[in-house]
This record gives sequence, structure tokens and C-alpha cells, in this order.
Amino acid sequence: MLNFIVRRSLYGVLVLIGVNLATFFLFFTVNTPDDMARLNIGGKRVTTELIQRWKAERGYDKPLYWNDAEQGSEKLTETIFWERSVSLFQFRFGRADSESAGDIGTEVARRMWVSLQLALPIFVLQIFASVSFALLLVTFRNTRLDLAGVVLCVVMLSISALFYIIVGQYLFARVLRLVPASGFTEGLDLVRFLVLPVLLSAIARLGTEARLYRAMFLEEIGKDYVRTARAKGLAETAVLSRHVLRNALIPIVTSAGGYLPYVFLGSLVFESFFGIPGLGAYAIEAISKQDFAIVRTMVFVGSVLYIASYILIDIVYTWVDPRVRLA
Amino acid sequence: MPKFVLLWTDAAVWLLTAGLVAYVWHVRRRPNLRANWRKVFCDAPALASSVVLVACLAVTLADSIHYRPLLPAAAGTAGSGDAYDTRTRSVLDGALAGLVDARETTYSVPLGAVSFTKETLEVAGRQERVAPRLLHGGAHLTDPDSQRRGDVAWRAAAGALCGFAGAALLSALLVGALARKPGQSWRQALAGAWEGQGEIPWRVAMTTIVVLGVLVGAVAALAMRYHVFGTDVTGNDVLYQTLKSVRTAFVIGALATLATLPLAVVLGIAAGYLKGWADEAIQYLYTVMSSIPNILLIAALVLMVQVFLDKHPEMFETGLERSDLKLFMLCAVLGLTGWAGLCRLLRAETLKLRELDYVQAAQAFGVGPTRIMARHIFPNVAHLMLIVTVLEFSSLILYEAVLSYVGVGVDPSMNSFGGMINLARNEMNRNPVVWWPFASAFVFMLGLVLAANLFADGVRDAFDPRARVFRPRVLRTARSRGARP
Repeated sequence: MLNFIVRRSLYGVLVLIGVNLATFFLFFTVNTPDDMARLNIGGKRVTTELIQRWKAERGYDKPLYWNDAEQGSEKLTETIFWERSVSLFQFRFGRADSESAGDIGTEVARRMWVSLQLALPIFVLQIFASVSFALLLVTFRNTRLDLAGVVLCVVMLSISALFYIIVGQYLFARVLRLVPASGFTEGLDLVRFLVLPVLLSAIARLGTEARLYRAMFLEEIGKDYVRTARAKGLAETAVLSRHVLRNALIPIVTSAGGYLPYVFLGSLVFESFFGIPGLGAYAIEAISKQDFAIVRTMVFVGSVLYIASYILIDIVYTWVDPRVRLA
Repeated sequence: MPKFVLLWTDAAVWLLTAGLVAYVWHVRRRPNLRANWRKVFCDAPALASSVVLVACLAVTLADSIHYRPLLPAAAGTAGSGDAYDTRTRSVLDGALAGLVDARETTYSVPLGAVSFTKETLEVAGRQERVAPRLLHGGAHLTDPDSQRRGDVAWRAAAGALCGFAGAALLSALLVGALARKPGQSWRQALAGAWEGQGEIPWRVAMTTIVVLGVLVGAVAALAMRYHVFGTDVTGNDVLYQTLKSVRTAFVIGALATLATLPLAVVLGIAAGYLKGWADEAIQYLYTVMSSIPNILLIAALVLMVQVFLDKHPEMFETGLERSDLKLFMLCAVLGLTGWAGLCRLLRAETLKLRELDYVQAAQAFGVGPTRIMARHIFPNVAHLMLIVTVLEFSSLILYEAVLSYVGVGVDPSMNSFGGMINLARNEMNRNPVVWWPFASAFVFMLGLVLAANLFADGVRDAFDPRARVFRPRVLRTARSRGARP
């Protein structure tokens, strides 16, 4: 097990190096530090001195990949690429490009907890709601209820998440006035702000997931061990909950786990719609401000989370399915 | 003679259509492909949604022929060559010219005759807050309060009737031509099709065409005198915007999925067949690719595209050409970032296929690896390609809305569902609420995506031998006609 985790982590570092290379190339080749300086200083005040000062403040006043002016190994290390990469891997993200924004590292550390407070309930509720709905349909399989449920799923998965958000906000926050439309606080009062986004997020993915899980359950239900369980005289509910659910858990973990990395950044739209100051909202702000330093950092953080959660899924596998050996 | 303008996406859409026609021709000559497609159309939801998709394709094609109309020669400029309008229009714009020109000043409710916002006007010598009459919507009515309902009902009914007649005729011609067997008269073919003889549920197709025809007829009849879906903040007709958005959605769904294919197919098959270091390298490549959060990667690339476009103003002449180029690049970006999933799938399938006897035989005969991959492996993974392509189509349409919301979607000047939803966010917060642009975006988007999803399900069930079809089958005792094998 330990061996597996170490090896996967090493491969993860390798992938991160690739991600870093790709993003660096993407951002700095098309958009040189001079362009960035001009964009951020803005207006008619742009002078050569100002550009130089802006670049020096943020450490952009070096060559991109190769420094001919230096000696020996410093030819490689005294460059923007090297400095940025090394500091990224040390989780020092430096200063944002735009004037007002502060240190990215402290911002990310603070917003991560905010994101987690939204993402975890969403993740748990989503799986719970989809699995229960799928189990309901399977219990009543090949009846009108099942047919109606599947039609509902197909219609629901054809609706953009944005529609759910806008209608949900309108209905619950404006017409019924049950919860505030958006915002964020600390402490217990937070529940009032989180309940709507969590609920809507679960509804938005219900169609896709419930239909998938229904198919998984139905596949298991045709197998011999289910027939044996029935032959023993078990009640249908016991067969479903104790036998079928247990075995269908493996594909469910794969599919839900595949969604885990997106939980942090995937609730991007939800965070920005509901005014929750998490990582997703931070990324959206950065994109609209064209602050490349933040976008670069978010790409890196997102990749780290993605790789970490994939290792986590593999570990959960062994727990759900004892047959799986990590090698 | 107007001057025709070929935009980037126009060219792509027409190439795509040509490809589609070529594919249909190809399918007709291959018995096994034919049988599979037949299975797709035997599925009633898939057949009905293919009718809807064809209608959307027609709108897209009409909106993909762009031209600049010839201006009437002004006095004194005779002989100095033809002058063309600076605005580029499409055939769809030309057909809907009535809607484009019927611009109001601001919001108006669907089928309204008066403005949504009140203005202070002088009525009989006193200042009063009244809702002024619209410039075009219901302008032919003398007293909107009493006449409007009757007029709307009458027009809708007349339009629906015309639509019904037209669609019934069209569907009879179409189905008659398609379902007729040699030696059968048209009458027999139609009667047989309607009664459900043969495998393909023609009655479903005919019903869909007729329902569509009735809706289109009613809307068209009303659109001549009213704004059927109201107007937006600048007084533009919402129906026109939604129709234009259909094209944007269609282009993104189709072009972006096609753009993923070359990379995914070549790399996937190469990784699976060549194994060794090539496999390792390609796996590394798509692991890197998929570990970057998709939306951020797209955002980064689109920001780059924006910078590129700002630096190269010589690549386009008009604003339309710019936003079109941006749409084209967005599709390319989506293709460049979206190939990992299909690539992984094709690699796994190729790994299995390369151990099969027919590949081994080809190797023993000394066929080169490129030829084996192209001639022996590719045709046997093509069905996966097809399934993923149709499945991706609808999810990309949904994705476009999210991208536009984040601000990295299509150009704000281009009509799209994402843009409409984005505006709707503020409109839904107004009091009284402005719901109609949101509602019409919802209806059209749901229609398009639902049709695409149902069609994709049909294709998957027919083409994937391992697809586990768990369609709910209601067990009926009598009249169990709907049961499928």
C-alpha cells in the first residue's frame, strides 16, 4: 500500500512538472511580461520606467527560459521559468498581477476552507440523493413509476445547471423568501447561506447520476448471487440494500470519485452565483480581470487536487472491494 | 447580385454537411452499417429527435450563408463600381428581416402591444404615467385592450392550420418516398407506414413533423405582427435571438467534437497498437492534460486567443468576422482540450484488438504498422468514435453556457444561449420580473439538448454491442405494441 502511494505520488510530481511547463509556455509565450505590465498599468501612464518597475516588483525582469548574462548553472536558474516553477512547487505563489490584489498564497489558504465548506456537503448530498433515487427506480423497475423516473432523468440532464441556479434563486430567495439569495458569513448562520447552493447542485446532477446508477444496479440485479439471495427467501428490500448496493458500490465509487476533483473547482459557477468567496469565485474573478498570475496558480492548485483525489479513489477502492490489490 | 462572404465557421459548417452527405452515401453501401443505422431509427425517441435535429440543422445552414447586400447606386457614384452594405447578413437574417427591423425601444412582454416600462406622457393636458404603445408589436390594433386576445387567437389558429397542412403534406411526401418498397403505390406505402408496418415507427416521425409544423406555423403567423417571445433590453426581438443562438450552439456542439477526433483517434490508436515508449508518452500527455481543471485550461487558452486577436486586427474586416473567428477558435480550443477521454477509450480498445487473430494475420503477411492501424484497427473502433461524438454534442452545448458565464465563451456580440442566460441573471432580479428571454432560451436549449441526448442514446444502443440497455419496459397485458426486443 505504502509502496503504491509513493509511486503514484512520484508520477503525480512528474505530471505536475508537465502541467507547469505547459501553463508557463501557454501564458508567457503569447503574452510577454511587457504585455502584462502594459495591461495592468493601463491607460496613458505607460512608460518604460513604469514597466520596468512593475516587472521588477513581481520578479518578471529576467529572461524567460535562458539567461545568457549569468554564469554556469545560473544561466538556467536566474530565469522567470525556473523561479516561478520552484516557488510553485514550494507552494509560494507570489504576488498577483493586478495592483490591488495581495499575496496569492494567503488568499488561496483562506479560500480553500470556504470552498471545502461548500464542496463537502454538495458531494455527500449528491451521492446520497442520486443513489436513493436510483434505488427507488430499481425497486419499482418496469413499472410506470420507473418509466416516469427515467424520462424525468433524461429531461433533467438536458437542462443546464445555470437554469437550476437562476430558477432556484428566484423561487426560494425572492418569491418564498426562505433563504438569502447570496452571501457568506462565519459560524452557524452559514447554514442559511449554504443550503440553497448545496440543494441546487444536487438537483443539477441528479439526472445524470441517477440514470447511471440505475443502470449499474440493474446490471447487478441480473446476476446469480441475487437470485440465490432471493431463493433464500430474503425480502426484496434486503436484497437491494444488503447485496445489490454493496456490489454496485464499486462502479459508483469510480463515477463519484471521478467527480471529486471537480468538487473544489467545479462548484466554480455555484460559488460565483451565490457570492461565496471560495477558490472558484477567485478563479472567475481572476479570469475576468485577466490576472494571469492567479489563473496560473489556480491551474497548479487544481492539478494538485486532481492528482491527490485520484490517489485517494484508488485507496477507497481497496476498502470497497477487497478483491482489488494495489500494486 | 450581393457579395457573398465566407466566414470561417460557415466554411466549417458546409464542409461538415458535405461530410455528412458523404457519410450517408457510405452507409447506404455498407450492409452492416446500414443495419445499425436502421436500428437507430427503429427507436422511436431517436427518430423523433432526429427530426428536431434536422430542423435545427436547417436553421444553422440558413444562418451559414452570409452576404453583403448590394446598395442601390447613389447619384454621382455611377460607374465607380458596386457599393455593398457594411453589415454582413445571412439568409436567415434576410428571411427574418421583418423581425430584425421591428425594433422597439426596450423590454416588452411576449405578444404585447404596449411597452413594459412606463413613461411620463402628456395625456389630455395632464402628466400621466402610462405604458406607451409599441412601434411594431400589435401596431395594427386600434384598441389593444379589447382586440389583442381575439387577434392573437385568430392569427395563431390560422397559422397553426397552415402549418398543419404544410407539415402533413411534407411528412406524407417524405415518408411515402422513404418507406415505399418497389412495386408499392404511394397510397399503400403511406397507409402501411401509418399503421406501423415495418420496423421503423414512421408514425412517430410524421407526428413530430406535424407538431413542429403547427408550432412553426403559429409562431410565424404571430411573428408577422407581434414579438412572440417579447423583446430584450435594447428592444430586439427575442425569437430572432434564440434562432441565431441555435446556430451558435450547433456550431459549437458539432465543430468542437469534430476537432477532438484527429488527436484522440491518432494518439489513441497509436498508443494502443505501438505500446512501449510511445504508449508511455501518450499516456503521460493525456494525464497532464486531464489533470488540469478543464474550465481553467479553456479559460487560459481563450484568454490567449483574445490576446492573439487583439494583436492581429488585420485578420478580419468587420466585427462579425472577428466574433466568428473567435467562435472558430473557441471550437478549436475545446477540441484541443477535450480529446483525453476518447483517447483513453480508444487506447484500451486497441490494446484488445491488437491481440486478435486478424491483426496477427495481417502482421504475419508483413503489413506495415501504419497500414494495420488505418485499415484493420480504425474501422473496428469507428463505432466508439461515433458514439462519443454524438454523446459529446449535447454536453458541449451545455458547456457553452457555463463558459459564456465565466466570460470565456463566444463573443458578447454574438447571440448565444450562454449570453442570454447571462443577461437573464440580472433580468430575473428586476421588479416586475423580466422572464421571457430566460424562458425562451430555456425552451429552445432544452429542445435542442434533449433531442441530441435522445438521439445519442439511440446511436449508443444500436452501435455498442456491449451497451447494456436498461430501458424501462412497462409490462402491459393487452396491446403490448410498444415493447421492444
